[in-house]
Amino acid sequence: MKYEAPETIDQAIDIYSKFNGSKKILAGGTDVLVQLRTDIVRPEMVMNIKKINSLHEFCIVDGYWKIGAAVSASKITKNTAFISEWPGIAEGVGLIGSTQIQNRATLVGNLSNASPAADGIPALVAANAKVEIVGQQGSRVKDVYSLIEGPGKLHLSKDEFITHILIPLQRDRSADCYLRFIPRTEMDIAVVGCGVNLSVKNQSISSAKIVLGAVGPKVIFADEAAELVLNSRLDKDVILKLQRMCEEIATPISDKRGSIRFRRQVAGVLAKRALQKAYARALEVS
Amino acid sequence: MKKVHVSTTINGTLKEFLCDTRETLLDALRDHMLLTGTKEGCGTGDCGSCSVIFDGDVICSCLTLAAEAEGRNIETIEGMAEGGELHVLQKKFLEHAALQCGICTPGILMASKALLKKNNNPSEEEARFWLAGNLCRCTGYDKIINAVLDAAREIREESDGV
Amino acid sequence: MAFDNVSAKSFKVVGTRPERPDGIEKVTGQARFGADAYLPGMLHGAILRSPHAHAKILSIDISALENDKSVKAVVTRNDFECNLTGEDWNILENIMAGEKALYDGHAIAAVACSSLLEAKDALKKIIVQYEILPHVTDVEEAMKENAPVIREGSARSSVPKGMHPNIVGYHESGHGDVEAGFKEADLILEENFRTEAAHQGYIEPHACLATMMPDGKGEVWCCTQGHFNVAKVCAKLLGSDASQIRVTASEIGGGFGGKTAVFIEPVALALSKKATHPVKIVMSRNEIFRATGPTSSTSMHVKIGMKKNGKITAAEGTFKLQGGAFPGSPMAESAMCAFAPYELDNVRSVGWDVMCNRPKQAAYRAPGSPMAAFAVESIIDEFCKRLKLDPIEVRLINAVTEGSKSSYGPKFQRIGLVETLEAAKSHPHYAAPIERGVGRGISCGFWFNFGGETCVSLALSEDGTASLSVGTPDIGGSRASMSQIVSEELNIPYEKVRATVADTATLGYNEISHGSRVTFATGLATIKAAQDMKKKLCLRAAKVWGLDEEAVYWEEGYVKPAGPNAGDHEPLSIADIAKTMGRTGGPIVGHYEASPEGAGVSFATHIVDAKVDKETGFTSIERYTVIQDAGKAIHPSYVEGQFQGGAAQGIGWALNEEYIYDKKGILQNAGFLDYRIPVASDLPKIDTEIIEVPNPGHPYGVRGVGETSICPPLAAIANAVSSSAGIRMKQLPMSPPKILEAMDDNNG
Repeated sequence: MKYEAPETIDQAIDIYSKFNGSKKILAGGTDVLVQLRTDIVRPEMVMNIKKINSLHEFCIVDGYWKIGAAVSASKITKNTAFISEWPGIAEGVGLIGSTQIQNRATLVGNLSNASPAADGIPALVAANAKVEIVGQQGSRVKDVYSLIEGPGKLHLSKDEFITHILIPLQRDRSADCYLRFIPRTEMDIAVVGCGVNLSVKNQSISSAKIVLGAVGPKVIFADEAAELVLNSRLDKDVILKLQRMCEEIATPISDKRGSIRFRRQVAGVLAKRALQKAYARALEVS
Repeated sequence: MKKVHVSTTINGTLKEFLCDTRETLLDALRDHMLLTGTKEGCGTGDCGSCSVIFDGDVICSCLTLAAEAEGRNIETIEGMAEGGELHVLQKKFLEHAALQCGICTPGILMASKALLKKNNNPSEEEARFWLAGNLCRCTGYDKIINAVLDAAREIREESDGV
Repeated sequence: MAFDNVSAKSFKVVGTRPERPDGIEKVTGQARFGADAYLPGMLHGAILRSPHAHAKILSIDISALENDKSVKAVVTRNDFECNLTGEDWNILENIMAGEKALYDGHAIAAVACSSLLEAKDALKKIIVQYEILPHVTDVEEAMKENAPVIREGSARSSVPKGMHPNIVGYHESGHGDVEAGFKEADLILEENFRTEAAHQGYIEPHACLATMMPDGKGEVWCCTQGHFNVAKVCAKLLGSDASQIRVTASEIGGGFGGKTAVFIEPVALALSKKATHPVKIVMSRNEIFRATGPTSSTSMHVKIGMKKNGKITAAEGTFKLQGGAFPGSPMAESAMCAFAPYELDNVRSVGWDVMCNRPKQAAYRAPGSPMAAFAVESIIDEFCKRLKLDPIEVRLINAVTEGSKSSYGPKFQRIGLVETLEAAKSHPHYAAPIERGVGRGISCGFWFNFGGETCVSLALSEDGTASLSVGTPDIGGSRASMSQIVSEELNIPYEKVRATVADTATLGYNEISHGSRVTFATGLATIKAAQDMKKKLCLRAAKVWGLDEEAVYWEEGYVKPAGPNAGDHEPLSIADIAKTMGRTGGPIVGHYEASPEGAGVSFATHIVDAKVDKETGFTSIERYTVIQDAGKAIHPSYVEGQFQGGAAQGIGWALNEEYIYDKKGILQNAGFLDYRIPVASDLPKIDTEIIEVPNPGHPYGVRGVGETSICPPLAAIANAVSSSAGIRMKQLPMSPPKILEAMDDNNG
């Protein structure tokens, strides 16, 4: 296995695009190293991108929070300005693994691994986040949702990799939330996840995105459910309907982490709770 | 297979080693430098036995390539006691009988050291969540948490000049 | 000099909490565990494992390795002894498959190379042809008429004729007339219960470093609960002699019964013999889950009859345990422990040992007892709810005491069950108000204790300090408690004793550290060895003074003349005698070697508060209290540690830990990510109360304490969960999906 550690983005593009064999990008390494160890991947080349300064960027540029591919989860959850603006995204990032994992794992890595159960993704999708991609042909921007093809797969060509996540600035009177369900209090993969991003006007919900994780091959927009809560104040009957609707919208599989029946039930519960929490947060900033 | 040359600082000393690119930092610490205080419990980042402090942050050395250590600063359990004097956490672990078999102890000590450096007054809940990535199968964590909180208290008292 | 029955009535050192002698090594990373040994020229071994649950091995093609310079040795079944029978054959068949792969993860071949990466690469070049056979992993399914046969002819003679070949053991115990007893009952409850296999989950992987020369002489360094057993097994499997294989026990990173079995040591020796280099093997976590023993999964049926006042009139249970692809599940222990806390006129227990396509079960902390307690104590709890009785009172009404005939036969000597129940009743936890949504559960638990072959040696040094050599690996702080015992007996400071786990060449045979036996048996041996030394000290002083043995006596660390007739000699301290012992007759060493009798059983009562999130099925343990009879706690901190550790493992088993097999019989969760042992944030503080009802069979009153603590938690938590969720949980683990499912089913 070849090991590369370029120091500039141009070098990285050059090395990565010219290497024809199987290859992996190493940022935090918390997924890649496990896959190496368990023989899930046997890349001929690994490219460590942590030496590239620009990939450590974490700041606001042109109306977007720009998070570099080498920024660790703990850097994100330590940024108070970011947390207060996007508490839900921060919640998702903060749930990726233990303290030790947090110090290494990256949000771009979580996205690139494209696990249906990734904790980082639902809130990003609910926030309409985008990614910046580089390759031989230059760079391009794509939204996170359409970037994901399916479990473990992104719509990227062989020479391309992600350099940054771009999260639009949060609108006024708006807030997000991410909740997941696991059987323990820590250290598990989400059995169900739910990200919600909403705005309020006169105490009613004026816009909402509800995104379910781990209940389909990729995250699911619960648009019908989001429509249902529009103009509401989350009264009991609305909440109950929303819960049932999200149970229906979820398309989970049964596996070692949960049955179809269980995941549907919990998807409804989490959607309800995440929505209530995001709503309370939005009212607070209104 | 061509090996990679790595020079890195371990417990304050500059070290050099050759490694296979597939080897982890844990492999390098144990097999190349015989620093066997850092343990392997799972190899997949789920148990925390291999915790080391890497440029100031606690990480799993099993999830880090050995080659990534180039130019970094690594602290392991072997560097915790200084000048023949145990670290306050080490003393408290002994005092509170916070270890039974002791295999998870080095990792838990490294993670606890990182915690107390960041927050010398953690609540019980904060300590429990901070250490959630460090599995212990013997103790039920009770005495470990007591030792960590007592060490924090002593560190606070020392820094307050009490 | 009657030392035999001397018992220190008031203790100076026993019962205190000194720091452990192996502590500094363990907090500084210097302690050497199984994987921490390295030798010059050392090779790394790796094992190829079956990807199938049940398959005929048609061929193993290693030709690709023949010209591979990195490969120093390859072994398959052919490299081991071929004339084994009984349990020796079972062990060999388990550590290296013969004609069939019997479970996912079954070892097929092994290689040794200069590095582990090379060894793993080499394994990929071995081509194995399998003929996949039908498999079975469920205990009930394995007993059915058309179930795939694991192996013909494995059944013990106890099994009635005409049963399926997978049924390999039968046990029956009890007394009285159960049918008559049920007729006397005001209420009869019966129910089926299931539990899934749980792994011991020690954090340290199995590891060894072995050297074997072509002449059959071997050296092994390994993490084990019983190194003498490792020597014995390795010698048999490799056709060598037990005395030719010297085994040194490393520090052990947790065992809980799982390291009583032998897996990799014979393989490393066989590789070493071929390569004539030392070979190290360290199991990966994946291998540990797939190929070492979890405990049995069970299917149980329990029926109990009770009077309105809470008195049990009859009890009956059937306990079916699968033990993996080999005989030996602890079904007899399940049957024997199930009703042990209760004095019953009419009781009958039946156990069935069943084989499946799973790894050979290994002992796990009180093997068999926790599951049986789950079934029985759940029903007792249900009686309390239906008859509106207090759960502690009902247990007190039926509790066994000294002289009670146990459900499994013998009469109990002095025991402490009632004391644990009384302590529970007056514990602040039991009196605390129960918050809304929270359920409180109670359970009792029982486990045996035993002696076993034990040999220790206590040597006096010239400076008056003592070196104790024991042959039982220290799995719970025993070097601390043994040092305390020596200190107590000899009146020398705790720090002046050094306890070492000696290798197999140094002492006589020592039974494995299991069955909670070390503090009892090695402790008793240590007391006896110290008494032997005191006797020798007296003899030596008598000799120096020119007196008869009877004319001197031992008191508080000194040998003194017995009276005026003995003359006016200054008492001699141990140090005085030690200083001159080279000139006065040579080394002074105390010994003990025997299989001590007199082990005392132990009971516990646990109280737990649990809260179920009724929307998600998530259970949080809010409060936990362990009350257990320790007989006499030598080092209370480590006794508490055993109580807390057992409770924590029980919490994991009750709530989330399980072996999950897919339809092909492949283990789905062979790692700590999805085999969910409790993490620090999952648990509350675990309160402990040590009860001391002395065991009459031990000079200090010690009872084994390590295992009983895992017996009550499954039931106590199930009872708490059932109260909180408003349903009776009859299946473990009570994971969130299972709780929601049970609630849904209950709501129709």
